Amino acid sequence: MSGANIVASTLKSLSRALSRALINEQTARQPGVMQALDPRVRVAGTFLLVVAVVLLHQITVLLTLFVAGVVLALASAVTLRTLTLRVWLVVLAFTGVIALPALWLTPGEPLSTFPSITRQGLHTAMMLVLRVETAVTFTTVLVLTTPWAQVLKALRSLGLPKEVIMMLAMAYRYIFLLAETANQMFESRESRRIGALGGREQRRLVAQTAGVLMSKSLDLSQEVFLAMQSRGYRGDVVTLTEQRLTPRDYFGVLAFAGVAALAIWLGR
Amino acid sequence: MHIPDGYLSPSTCVALYGGTVAAWYISLKRLKRVLLTRVVPLISVFAAFAFVVMMFNLPLPGGTTGHALGVTIAAIVLGPAGAVLSASLAIGLQALLFGDGGITTLGANCFNMAVIASPMAYISYRALAARAAIDSRRRIIAAGVAGYLAANLSALAAAVELGIQPVLFHDAAGAPLYAPYPLKIAIPAMMIGHLTFAGLAEALLSAGLVAYLQAADPSLLAATSGLRAALSGTGTRTPASLRRLWLSVALLLIFTPLGILATGKAWGEWAPDDFLHTDSRARIAVASQNALPPPAAPAGMARMATVWTSPFPAYAPAFVKSRALGYVLSAMFGVGICLLIALFAQSRLRPQSRPEEVT
Repeated sequence: MSGANIVASTLKSLSRALSRALINEQTARQPGVMQALDPRVRVAGTFLLVVAVVLLHQITVLLTLFVAGVVLALASAVTLRTLTLRVWLVVLAFTGVIALPALWLTPGEPLSTFPSITRQGLHTAMMLVLRVETAVTFTTVLVLTTPWAQVLKALRSLGLPKEVIMMLAMAYRYIFLLAETANQMFESRESRRIGALGGREQRRLVAQTAGVLMSKSLDLSQEVFLAMQSRGYRGDVVTLTEQRLTPRDYFGVLAFAGVAALAIWLGR
Repeated sequence: MHIPDGYLSPSTCVALYGGTVAAWYISLKRLKRVLLTRVVPLISVFAAFAFVVMMFNLPLPGGTTGHALGVTIAAIVLGPAGAVLSASLAIGLQALLFGDGGITTLGANCFNMAVIASPMAYISYRALAARAAIDSRRRIIAAGVAGYLAANLSALAAAVELGIQPVLFHDAAGAPLYAPYPLKIAIPAMMIGHLTFAGLAEALLSAGLVAYLQAADPSLLAATSGLRAALSGTGTRTPASLRRLWLSVALLLIFTPLGILATGKAWGEWAPDDFLHTDSRARIAVASQNALPPPAAPAGMARMATVWTSPFPAYAPAFVKSRALGYVLSAMFGVGICLLIALFAQSRLRPQSRPEEVT
């Protein structure tokens, strides 16, 4: 592998992460069912549905929840194309491969002799893949329809400590800055490279870039701290008051909780 | 190693969330005591750094690439508590922003990749680097080994969590409800990849970063170096070493039941009776490179054996039926006695050292 590839692939994964986050913010601005609800309802509702997905034992109920997830996605301006590319294929490539050997490795009654698949194996593999697909579909719909700031606000009102929220918010903000810095460092190094780099040099290049980035991060944290202190930060976090829930939000809460409870009860 | 939703049963998730939240609480409290209001900006920016570094493709010997966890370098620069928090934040952001790892399994993922990986990295780095100078080669190697051990320990933890699922959670027909493979498949499947690629990526990045920092910014390595000059003014020496003691005690307690899994008797731990039975004689011979044991227990051994009968014979109090529980209880009893002795010794030593502390 030449030096160009390693830098190029890192550049690609960094910019892909950044552009993904920007796409999230775009979908969040479009009208849709999820977008119309209060972020607190969305976060709590998604959490309830994912818990239901993990708790239930019946494959038919799981399948129904999966369809419900797809309907919710379509009603919230999340396209099938996005779901297929970002969720279904990725999950299938990872979980599908993991679940495949379970078809014949799980002991039980034989379903076919060649290849020797057992009924229990088929059930297990299908449950695993479907469970992961459904859970990731729900979380992706939430992530795509809710800007990060609103997710954090929702988590705050759902009881997460203020400090944790503040750290999540600041970390998110500086990910973009640091990823951008790393991008620039790799690019500038790349523009000065003549000839291919050996494995040893490539590793040194990556470690040095990480090292510079770390020094910059720690300097940055010191500056941020001084800036916070000069604006009166004494360790207490103050947030703006929360908005009130509308009747539509209460209906949303009921719908999410109802579906989750029904799924758990039917699928027990 | 990011376990998605659906692989772990709800009870496993709840248990691991419990352990993780406790570790977060302790780490945050500890950091606040030292750093006061600086905790929030420091940990947030470092988490962002860890997140970005996780996306770096690290070329490995053999032509493949791997991603590092970033927890080892965090442990070396910030110490174990800071590493637990910053790595957890990065893992949380990955789950909530990019769907990398599940919501119900977030506790498990943080537990594996932050809560147990960071003390592992920190303890092994400190133990291997010992009192070597900041710019010594030994620190580079120590960081590499620490990274390798931390990545593999977290993989092992994930493998155990996945491997216990089919035993504990299956439906009436015997079909596993969550992760389908038992320990004997899950552990090798997970460990082969980590003993080679993933562990190597963490090892190479940690070693490379320490080598870079030695040349460019050695002050970042000073805080956890254990060197007196580096720590002057902070006054955290005693708590730090006590903390390490507690951590190692906790780790030992956890790993004590592993002794049950080992078959046979430890070499040199034979009882006088073992010399009389043919099968135990054969085992002694095999363990001693086929040197035959004497026909009866040595006279001195037989005499000494009755001098002291322990309160917990064979590591299990007589009233405990389960051997595993007996092991743990005995370990706790033993640790308790050691701690009492240590505290007694400390209380006797303290009056002499106090005047120095005040100045």
